Amino acid sequence: MRFLRQSLTVAAKDLRSELRSKEALNASLAFALVILLLFSFAFDPTAETTREISGGLLWLVFAFAGTLILNRSFARELANDCLEALVASPIPASALFLGKALANLVLLVAVELVSLPVFGVFYNVRWTPHFLPLLGVLVLATWGVAVIGTMFSALTVNLRLRELMLPVLVYPMIIPALMAAMQLTTVLLAGEPVAGDNWLWVRLLVAFDLIFTALALALVETVLLG
Amino acid sequence: MATLAAENLWKYYGDLPALREVSFSVSGGVCLALLGRNGAGKTTLLKLLAGLAQPAKGRVTILGRSPRDAAARARLGVLGHGIAVYDELSAIENLTLFGRLYGLAAPRRAALEWLERTGLGHVRDSLVREFSRGMRQRLALARALLHNPDVLLLDEPFTALDDRAIAVLQLLLRDALAAGRTIVMSTHQLREALELATHVALLVRGRLAHFGERSAEMLADPGWLYRRYGEA
Repeated sequence: MRFLRQSLTVAAKDLRSELRSKEALNASLAFALVILLLFSFAFDPTAETTREISGGLLWLVFAFAGTLILNRSFARELANDCLEALVASPIPASALFLGKALANLVLLVAVELVSLPVFGVFYNVRWTPHFLPLLGVLVLATWGVAVIGTMFSALTVNLRLRELMLPVLVYPMIIPALMAAMQLTTVLLAGEPVAGDNWLWVRLLVAFDLIFTALALALVETVLLG
Repeated sequence: MATLAAENLWKYYGDLPALREVSFSVSGGVCLALLGRNGAGKTTLLKLLAGLAQPAKGRVTILGRSPRDAAARARLGVLGHGIAVYDELSAIENLTLFGRLYGLAAPRRAALEWLERTGLGHVRDSLVREFSRGMRQRLALARALLHNPDVLLLDEPFTALDDRAIAVLQLLLRDALAAGRTIVMSTHQLREALELATHVALLVRGRLAHFGERSAEMLADPGWLYRRYGEA
């Protein structure tokens, strides 16, 4: 219980800081909308092939825009050496990590939820009929991205080229989660329910989240302190 | 039992030894002024004492525990080179945040009390990014003292402070000493530090060249110790 309270304290601090500065949120949102707009010029929104790749398109945009938020996760602690004060405090590194991952999840889902209606308009896709299952896929896949992104944000925080290194490290790691999310999103945007073989992708997402969350919680102290 | 003990500490940056065979211990009510020229290893030593870095050899104990132990960290207050408070949060939000992280029963009440003690009560709801350097440093000190730590580690606490801020800082540190707390502070401000210190340590190129009680000569002539060890 105490662990969860400490994590929520860190998450609330990160969200409050970000909502005041809006540095990462504005950049990520603007990037997502611009990419959606540019892609809409490249594809014919009425074509059947566009519908077939809509899930993939959407998740590529989320992945690109998401790294802007993930990059700031630990980088915001560098100003005034705040990371030292957090690490010197009695909270476990895993609680610090979980708090940051939760804050990232909220910010990433917020960007995704704003981008979704824009995507629907630009690509002539009806996303509302299966909104709840779609929200479930968004949260499951985004948690996987947030966990891996937060971990690598901690790992690269002291690198000069961290803005470049983070995507290079994160994208290969999140391929399984992205594949599952793309597949499930395409099914749901086509107006079909998640059924039959598609449950395999749901199970993959859940397993991915559980494995990488456990790994990150176990390793983060070593990452932060060496 | 010593409040704080360092045993045979070695630390390397690449092949370069930043600390060599550093050993000392201090008990409650001691204020240790950690002196040395730039690059002598003062900040590195404070980081090892705070558990923010691992020594290559040797060990640190705070009240008999490793500084990475949560119970030891709860009794440790650290003020590093940076002020370690958030610019986007207000003074009260910063202190309440750290009060929660240290598991205080009433973090907001403790935060308000320390804002008053550091003369920041009137700006408690202002964002830290609007503060002057002196106000930031006072808030940082309040953050380090908020949980009444038994051991205080301060890295250059007097740097860039005006007379008023130095007076507030000295008063708070004297109160902490009177309450039996242990203070280790690195500094280049010899006069201010020696007025407070009960003990003095001098690091020369990573080695502990001197460790002992502050003497009358040091107080009368702050540069005396440097000259004695050829560091003038």
